[in-house]
Amino acid sequence: MLVINNLKASIAGKNILKGISLEVKPGEIHALMGPNGSGKSTLAAVLAGRELVEVTEGTVTYLGKNLLDMPPEDRSKEGIFLGFQYPIEIPGVSMVNFMKTAVNEHRKHNGIEPLSASDFLKMMREKKELVEIDSKLANRSVNEGYSGGEKKKNEIFQMAMLEPLLAILDETDSGLDIDALRIVANGVNRLKRPDNSFIVITHYQRLLDYIVPDVVHVMYDGKIVKTAGKELALELEEKGYDWIKKEVENSIVA
Amino acid sequence: MSVTTEIAERYSVIYAENIEKISDYSSPYINSFRKPAFEKFRELGIPTKKNEAYKYTNLNIFFDHDYANYFIPVASDFVKAEEFRCDVADLDTHGIVLLNGFYPTINDKLRKLPGGVWVGSLNEAAAKFPDLIEKHYGKYAQSDSDGLIHLNTAMAPDGMFIYVPEGAALEKPIQIVNLVYSEEDIFNQHRNLIIVEKNSEATVIVCDHTLSPKKFLTNAVTEVFVGENSHFDIIRVQNEHNNAGKVTHTFIHQERNSVTASNNMSLHGGLIRNSTYHYLGGEGAETSSYGLFLTDKWQHVDNYVNVDHAFPNCTSNQLFKGVLDDMSTGVFNGRILVRKDAQGTLAYQRNNNIILTDDAKMDSKPQLEIFADDVKCSHGATVGQIDEDALFYLQSRGINKHEARLMLMFGFAHEVIQNIKIYPLRERMDNLVMQRLKGELSRCASCMVKCG
Repeated sequence: MLVINNLKASIAGKNILKGISLEVKPGEIHALMGPNGSGKSTLAAVLAGRELVEVTEGTVTYLGKNLLDMPPEDRSKEGIFLGFQYPIEIPGVSMVNFMKTAVNEHRKHNGIEPLSASDFLKMMREKKELVEIDSKLANRSVNEGYSGGEKKKNEIFQMAMLEPLLAILDETDSGLDIDALRIVANGVNRLKRPDNSFIVITHYQRLLDYIVPDVVHVMYDGKIVKTAGKELALELEEKGYDWIKKEVENSIVA
Repeated sequence: MSVTTEIAERYSVIYAENIEKISDYSSPYINSFRKPAFEKFRELGIPTKKNEAYKYTNLNIFFDHDYANYFIPVASDFVKAEEFRCDVADLDTHGIVLLNGFYPTINDKLRKLPGGVWVGSLNEAAAKFPDLIEKHYGKYAQSDSDGLIHLNTAMAPDGMFIYVPEGAALEKPIQIVNLVYSEEDIFNQHRNLIIVEKNSEATVIVCDHTLSPKKFLTNAVTEVFVGENSHFDIIRVQNEHNNAGKVTHTFIHQERNSVTASNNMSLHGGLIRNSTYHYLGGEGAETSSYGLFLTDKWQHVDNYVNVDHAFPNCTSNQLFKGVLDDMSTGVFNGRILVRKDAQGTLAYQRNNNIILTDDAKMDSKPQLEIFADDVKCSHGATVGQIDEDALFYLQSRGINKHEARLMLMFGFAHEVIQNIKIYPLRERMDNLVMQRLKGELSRCASCMVKCG
């Protein structure tokens, strides 16, 4: 589904990603862990098409197409979803209008008629139930005045509405209390199908108690330095990141 | 002779030529204001950039021009107007049409609405309700610096009169559709008086339109009296062509515990200057002053707001927003005056603007003069571009860049629109603003007038 090959990228001239290679197959859940500043969010931004990040080398192929050539909206319509670490507040734009526009853009892309107002509201209702989001949120402006937890739940709700093939969740768990965390994780699990994939970026093992990954990667200094099964996450929780840093530094010395 | 005195001279000639005709139409009481007002105008002249309140607006483009006539309705205009009927599409309002500032019917110049409310021609009202006119006319529109207010007092032939008696609550808004229509360049002035007595409630919508592509200049003064414990909202929707100049002065005088809101929606126009004066003249009075403007090409919109906290424990809130495209220019000047005795004042002001090009320009000037000590005041102004983070957020959900920009501009504007209390009007404003942002707005097509 997604093949990243030797990806290098910089922000304002500073190299952040220093050669990432990664393959995600349909149905897989990948966890991407690593200390602050290791480049996890930058990788997510590159995949979603943020212009701020400049790709200097490497390729990203998504469903056989060159992803880096596509504007962000086309990536979305092709099935990529980014759950933002810091969802943006947009005063004056209602959730209903926002999602209706987005869903109908997706449908147009797929050659399907736009939803009628009543069908759309029905869909909103169903998805709200699915992800256990407070129905009042949908009547407000996008993320405006939402608490941190509400913003993250709203990301999961949008994911439910857009039904992506590849969802990248950028620290969706950060700052959540246990109830919110469970809602976010349940949302992901309910939306999981055999043909869609997730890249879950997180600092903490905690989320992975609820979302069980197939593969765990550890990023450090712009590279993936370790890839293993779900047991790696537990090891990280126990020992922290220092041993990984040491391993990397030793290997450079050696 | 300097340019400014030349222009003032031009108006002296117009005054001399027309004052007799104007006075013939008007009541002696209103006429008694004319000569002193004209002398005051001679003294002050047309405001220039030297006038602090007009620092960023050049009025000469419109005032230094030979208009084919100074508009005074004659009998044939009323006949023409009868033939040229405009229907106000149903917004469930009490609709009234003003043509070039006069009330274009031969009969029924003063109408009675439910609850004892009267609407109609100011001249007609001056004959029917002399006491009301003498009590209120010319009492609120006062200025020691703006000559245009005096020019209006000196020469406005007629205008709109609204009287909401004590205890009346008008369920439907009154909608005044202000049309400018002529086959030649004209300068017109009208003078409105709105009296809302105590414990009553009314909403007035004023729609400014131009119907023919000539050069027009309008200088309008509206005086509003809002009695104790009353609620009054005024919403002005401006949609005129690029060759139209519009200067409005609205004076809202509030008594104790009254609540008012004013909302200036400038969708389109060549040069627009709206001055809104809020006088909080009794304890516990509350006012909100809102404004939204959308400009492109060479358009210029200037909003001047003056809030006068004269009594304790009053609240005022200003929110003005602008979206400027091409090489258009905008001005916001918001003055808050808190007088020495106005303890317990709450006064807020915010002005946010989005500039879409490098050539558009916005000048924002807060002006706070506070002489009381127990006061809560705040003000803030921003001029910026479209938020790139928000743009990316929308794009990342599959919305293309163009549409995403529209949504953001609309959202920005909606913060002002959402303060309109009448839901259908709010919805209609949303649609008009969306059309305007898309570049599709010509006349307020679905909105107001069907003429022919």
